[in-house]
Amino acid sequence: MCDTCGCGQPNETVTIRKPGDKAEAVERSSHHHHHGDHAHSHDHGSEHQHGAEKGSRERILAVEKDVLSENNRLAERNRGFLEARQILALNLVSSPGSGKTTIVEETIRRLQNDLPVTVIEGDQQSMQDANRIDATGVPVVQVNTGTGCHLDAQMVYRALKSLDPPAHSLLIIENVGNLVCPALFDLGEAHKVVIISVTEGDDKPHKYPTMFAEADLCLINKTDLLPYVDFDLDRCQSFAREVNHRLNFLTLSARTGEGMDAWITWIREQVH
Amino acid sequence: MHEMSIALSICDLAAAEAHKAGGGRIKEVEVEIGTLAGVMVEALEFCFETAKRSTPLAEANLKIVTVPAAGHCHTCGARFAADHYLVTCPECHSFQVVIEQGKELRVKTISIE
Repeated sequence: MCDTCGCGQPNETVTIRKPGDKAEAVERSSHHHHHGDHAHSHDHGSEHQHGAEKGSRERILAVEKDVLSENNRLAERNRGFLEARQILALNLVSSPGSGKTTIVEETIRRLQNDLPVTVIEGDQQSMQDANRIDATGVPVVQVNTGTGCHLDAQMVYRALKSLDPPAHSLLIIENVGNLVCPALFDLGEAHKVVIISVTEGDDKPHKYPTMFAEADLCLINKTDLLPYVDFDLDRCQSFAREVNHRLNFLTLSARTGEGMDAWITWIREQVH
Repeated sequence: MHEMSIALSICDLAAAEAHKAGGGRIKEVEVEIGTLAGVMVEALEFCFETAKRSTPLAEANLKIVTVPAAGHCHTCGARFAADHYLVTCPECHSFQVVIEQGKELRVKTISIE
């Protein structure tokens, strides 16, 4: 992999599998990857020619299409499928280590008796998270993005085909731990939920505004650690509101269960 | 590093549009990028050089047009330039500001020879 840009993905594959499945590589079909031996020659500008030369047969095509239009088209397809089955899909985004998986486990534990739950786990590598969810007893699919830093709509489309979530259920998509890139990629979810933990610093919304601008709800996790860290809840919320005045907040500790009831109530309100 | 995904998407989209228009060598792709689109232009330019190899864009130049961000105040209705998400309204100092321009990420034109 290219150390500078991270772009070297000569055999980029995304794997989608369930706990117990053998690893099966799934090639991404929509992208061209002809990196060959990956002998880069990144000499910018040297061969660039601007503008059409006189007498050439160069013609300009007006395209006017969103760069992510293919992702967005697939996301809308996912959204249509989910809405038709009346499935509430939540896209959980955060830095690594904010406690997403523990929140998902505790959410499942509180809901699974009266609301079917399925989970799509996104990580660069490993079945760690899928195995944790599998232990709760709900269906789960792990998407390993390889070197990719985010889930995209096509990965979720493939995961949905494998998962086949039931009607009138909750689908939790746990995105790759990354507070930057997943903000740009619509997956077809009903809501993005951004999670921040009190061990991270209350200025995160100022430092990584895009994710907070895109989210509908912010969970502030690990509140049981508040006495031990310099995290100001009010300061964090006011920073986040400066970025997105529509953002709602819930504070909780997935570990102790404090505040989990309000989160479960929020989910139930979205389902109906 | 989502710039690589974006560079690949630009190549896919431009190649498909050129094919629809009868093919040919793509000389330039013009892309509009808002200042709040979440894209690092230098990283995108870097990734584009790799993404375009062995595609109809192999010889193409990437032309980036920057779209400045603009906010709209929902308290007083003012419209103004915004250089980041943390904007207060310059007229009434409200935080009830919606970014209505600056998230663009769009292939505007391609030139084919």
